[in-house]
Amino acid sequence: MKNYLKFGLLIAAVLGTLAWLAVGGISETKTYYKTIAELNQLGDHAKANRLRVGGDIAPHSIVRNGGDVTFIMAQDQLRLTVVYNGIDPLPDTFKDGAQALADGKLGPDGVFHATKIQAKCASKYESAPPVTRNPAVRTS
Amino acid sequence: MENLGTLAILLAFCFAAYSVVSSVVGKWTRRPFLILSAERAVYAVWALLTLAASLLVYALISGDFRLSYVAEHSNRTMPTVYKFTAWWGGQEGSLLLWSWLLATYSCVVVFQNRRKFRDMMPYITAVLMTVETFFLTLISFPEAPFKVLMAGKGIVDAGDGNGLNPLLQYWTMVIHPPILYLGYVGFAVPFAFAMGSLITKQKGEAWIHTTRRWTLVTWMFQTTGVLLGAGWAYAVLGWGGYWAWDPVENAALLPWITATAFLHSVMMQEKKGMMKVWNVVLVSATFFLCIFGTTLTRVGLVQSVHAFAQSSLSRYFTTFLAVGIGATIYLILNRLEFLKSEAPLESVLSRESSFLFNNLILLASCFAVLWGTLFPVITEAITGEKISVDTPFFNRINIPIAMGLLLLTGVGPLIAWRRSSVESLKKAFMIPALIGVVVSLGLFVMGVRHFYALMSLGLCAFVLATVTIEFFKGASAISSKNSTNFFRAMFELTYRNTRRYGGYLVHVGVVFMFIGFTGKAFDIDKTLQVVPGQTMQLGRYDLQIGKVESGQNPDYQWEILNVNVSKDGENLGVMRPEQRFYTAARQQSSVVAIRRRLNEDLYLNFAGTSNDQKGLVLQSYVFPLVNWIWIGYWVVLFGTIICLIPSKSRLVWPRTEVVAVTGKHAEVQN
Repeated sequence: MKNYLKFGLLIAAVLGTLAWLAVGGISETKTYYKTIAELNQLGDHAKANRLRVGGDIAPHSIVRNGGDVTFIMAQDQLRLTVVYNGIDPLPDTFKDGAQALADGKLGPDGVFHATKIQAKCASKYESAPPVTRNPAVRTS
Repeated sequence: MENLGTLAILLAFCFAAYSVVSSVVGKWTRRPFLILSAERAVYAVWALLTLAASLLVYALISGDFRLSYVAEHSNRTMPTVYKFTAWWGGQEGSLLLWSWLLATYSCVVVFQNRRKFRDMMPYITAVLMTVETFFLTLISFPEAPFKVLMAGKGIVDAGDGNGLNPLLQYWTMVIHPPILYLGYVGFAVPFAFAMGSLITKQKGEAWIHTTRRWTLVTWMFQTTGVLLGAGWAYAVLGWGGYWAWDPVENAALLPWITATAFLHSVMMQEKKGMMKVWNVVLVSATFFLCIFGTTLTRVGLVQSVHAFAQSSLSRYFTTFLAVGIGATIYLILNRLEFLKSEAPLESVLSRESSFLFNNLILLASCFAVLWGTLFPVITEAITGEKISVDTPFFNRINIPIAMGLLLLTGVGPLIAWRRSSVESLKKAFMIPALIGVVVSLGLFVMGVRHFYALMSLGLCAFVLATVTIEFFKGASAISSKNSTNFFRAMFELTYRNTRRYGGYLVHVGVVFMFIGFTGKAFDIDKTLQVVPGQTMQLGRYDLQIGKVESGQNPDYQWEILNVNVSKDGENLGVMRPEQRFYTAARQQSSVVAIRRRLNEDLYLNFAGTSNDQKGLVLQSYVFPLVNWIWIGYWVVLFGTIICLIPSKSRLVWPRTEVVAVTGKHAEVQN
């Protein structure tokens, strides 16, 4: 029927445009999750991709100079220097020892240039966090 | 006392499970007393959960740090209101809140319908109590709220707790979870009615009529919950944004999208008997997305700043979702013959068509957001690499969708059912379209070059024009006929058809929100290391850095930067952004200074002293139009309340039955 054909075409047009936008959006923003260990093994062409690295912020490593923030991200024994100079303020949870995610690119000098920093929201739904004071821990 | 609490929860679990069985068995074996017993069990579940919740709250407020939950989420120096809200500060307590709210809703449903829908009610009770049983399973076994940290005689001092995260000690965050839950949990009710209607092979739309108000209220809570979260993120988190497309944010948005689609497509079923299958699918999707959203927040499925590895729960939730979705799909397929549409889609230019496209693009948005949220999980499963997508992806898809929605918001209410002629469309939309184009062109002439901003504001003007004209036309007709003044006429007009005019107001609110969103295209910012006495410029503002004050109180240490603000030479006063360090939680928190005005916000974040001790880092932003988001919300709330008010005249929805089609489409269509 002519009617359903018209509808079908319109629907296909709308969905097609959106799909095209989606695919473009994915390739534009896709960010690969990598651990610090994996970073060192990356080939050069992979370094051109946007990467997301997670790790713990090494204590006393946060240095602020004007709009730049430099810190060291640690995972096991590995260390990665990260530089961030984006416009968004750093999250409040960003401090020594916090888990952080840095999005950006690995520079040729081995320094990670981050365009976005996220730090884990302090425990809201975590199971049994280390309770600092109570020695007698007994669960019923 | 914790034993009483644990017992209450276990008993509630038993009663909820009993209620499911008793309902179904009572219905199948035609024993009304079993059905009644099941409904009474619902009340019992509520009473038991109220007891359990009261005990937990009592333990939190009185500082019973023997309990592990109290130790984790409360401390002695916290203000009492936050001790109360610590109830939902953690996994176990928030699941208890979920369960308690579901029990409350179930009681209301059972009570309201104690003499109605006798055929459907056993199944509705069973569905609600099945969901309740699931959540009670969680707090009875893996996530029991009354776990004791230390037991035994002779404990004199149980120490102090960790306290609620200071980032959560704000009134917006106090009410955000309960309100969001009121939304999440509430969708179980229309879902239960839809299932009840399907199981009992109802032919009519009774389940939609009955649940209309329920769905509206739940949708309203969900909207409020989401916007509270956004407002909190903006004012408290200090990064100047209100939406990050974070997986947990998206999880709250997804059911909202399908619920909005549902609110619109039900009108097609009420008026034309169309989209029956679709509506059942939508309401089920909304409900399961709510459960999915609850899952995502608690289970480490997708890495997010909010989500935490709690993998034992993931198995429970996944099973529940799989079984639930499977059962629902089976039921829908089985009952397809009772869901046949009563009218065809006749023309692309019709209200049916605009509802169809409304649903299409809303669902496309939902799918895209879901896809983007789950992308890391999917890519890891397929390629072994975890890939995530970011804000630009979501914006690329959702901005055009929003433009489409704006257009439909203006066109939909005015286009005729079944078929609209091009002439009638021209008549209806000539002036608003002209206004929209004039606004866009005007902005262009004034220097605006951002493509989507021009389109968005033009469309907003278009929609506002259509609504204004509708109110104006209706009110003038009434005022001239009854010789009343114009404002009374508007009141009368709205009262005669609260659904329609309330709906218009909601649309106006949404348009305001989109104006607020569009402002993002014009944001400006500057981050500088400064010293006292220095002046910096941001747009038309001059910011003169003053001195730093610091101090300490039992809860936190603080540093305040005084900034003297002037605009175009006129002094606007001092703004005092602050940095706090909470001693107990060892948590830093920035308290931004915001100057809120209708046209723009001036937003200052004091990021602390730079490491070389030579300067202070000040981040300053101007966010144009952002307050229209919050203003828009209030208009949406007001409009929804109007929608809920019963109309003056009992609305009869004449079912337009298509008995014959003449003219160009003379071929008979089934």
